Amino acid sequence: MSRRPYVRKIERNWWLSQPRYVSYMLRESTCLFIALYSALLTDGLIRLSQGQEAWDSYVAAISSPPGVVFQVICLGFAVIHSVTWFNVTPKAMPLALKGEPVPPKVIVGAHYALWAAVSLVVLIAAGV
Amino acid sequence: MSETITLEVLRYNPEADTEPHFQTYTVPYQDDWVVLDALNHVKDHLDSTLSYRWSCHMAVCGSCGMMINGEPKLGCHAFLRDYKGTVIKIEPLDHFPIERDLVIVQDSFMEKLSSVKPYIIADQPKPISEGEYLQTPGQLKLFKQYTQCINCLLCYAACPQTALNEDFVGPAALALAHRYNLDSRDCGKDERAEVVASNEGIWECTFVGACSEVCPKHVDPAAAIQQTKISASIDWFKALLLPGGKK
Repeated sequence: MSRRPYVRKIERNWWLSQPRYVSYMLRESTCLFIALYSALLTDGLIRLSQGQEAWDSYVAAISSPPGVVFQVICLGFAVIHSVTWFNVTPKAMPLALKGEPVPPKVIVGAHYALWAAVSLVVLIAAGV
Repeated sequence: MSETITLEVLRYNPEADTEPHFQTYTVPYQDDWVVLDALNHVKDHLDSTLSYRWSCHMAVCGSCGMMINGEPKLGCHAFLRDYKGTVIKIEPLDHFPIERDLVIVQDSFMEKLSSVKPYIIADQPKPISEGEYLQTPGQLKLFKQYTQCINCLLCYAACPQTALNEDFVGPAALALAHRYNLDSRDCGKDERAEVVASNEGIWECTFVGACSEVCPKHVDPAAAIQQTKISASIDWFKALLLPGGKK
């Protein structure tokens, strides 16, 4: 009797087979939009260094309807990126105080609190 | 006629089949039966040629892992009552070659498991006559959840990375490496790092998290791997920045 194991092929659309894989791929895809938005901000810095005229045209471009739509899409993906990351932090960075584990909700909550605090500082610094 | 439930079981006979095919069985429905009971009924009363692994029937031995309606589960841990009114599709664990019917080839896992040296490596081994290696309850608590692994391989069937990269050491083996690295009696972290901190080790994991979702013993391999990533990164920076740092 000889062994003849059967190997099942992995479909190219394997990630559509389970909702958890779809949400994983969605989470991973957010990095593209974070990268694109980072490029947009970097371009802003470059244009700022090139003088008033270059800066004004940059502001006009990001204020145009396509510019606003792009930023809203990026914001949506940035929120998914941040929320999913915050949710996994208790696994990656479990904390213990006096030998007792800190509840995951506290670790996640601390991230949201820090996010809110940093956002507030940025808004105050921007004079909003 | 008493109530019944239908199973669709993936069959593969290496001596006769070129590829697997589904076979349907109708078995009696009982509220307190699990899928394994239904398979045992098939084996005992309907078709003695059906092959599958099982032993303890109480989620301890880790033998009866299978795909049940596309989800990796222990056959002894999946009650028929949760599938009432549906056809239950039963397949061998995903991401492993099929030996026969629901029996998978586990060789690759056994090699990966032994590669992470899942045992205590003492700095200076002492003879049994000198007694046990002592440990406080607090030290045990640090890694106890990772000792619960029963090597059932559900995590490998859930993890897409194990399918896409066959050399990936995988969730259970890496969780066990973490378990021994956290053990106060162990000094083998550097020996394990060669495999654990390699590309095929923790860095192949993209934190899908499915391994932890399907684990019947709540081992949470995803957490173990992410913690190992942080620890390995700190070790790497220490080696790079500190004088006399190990390579």
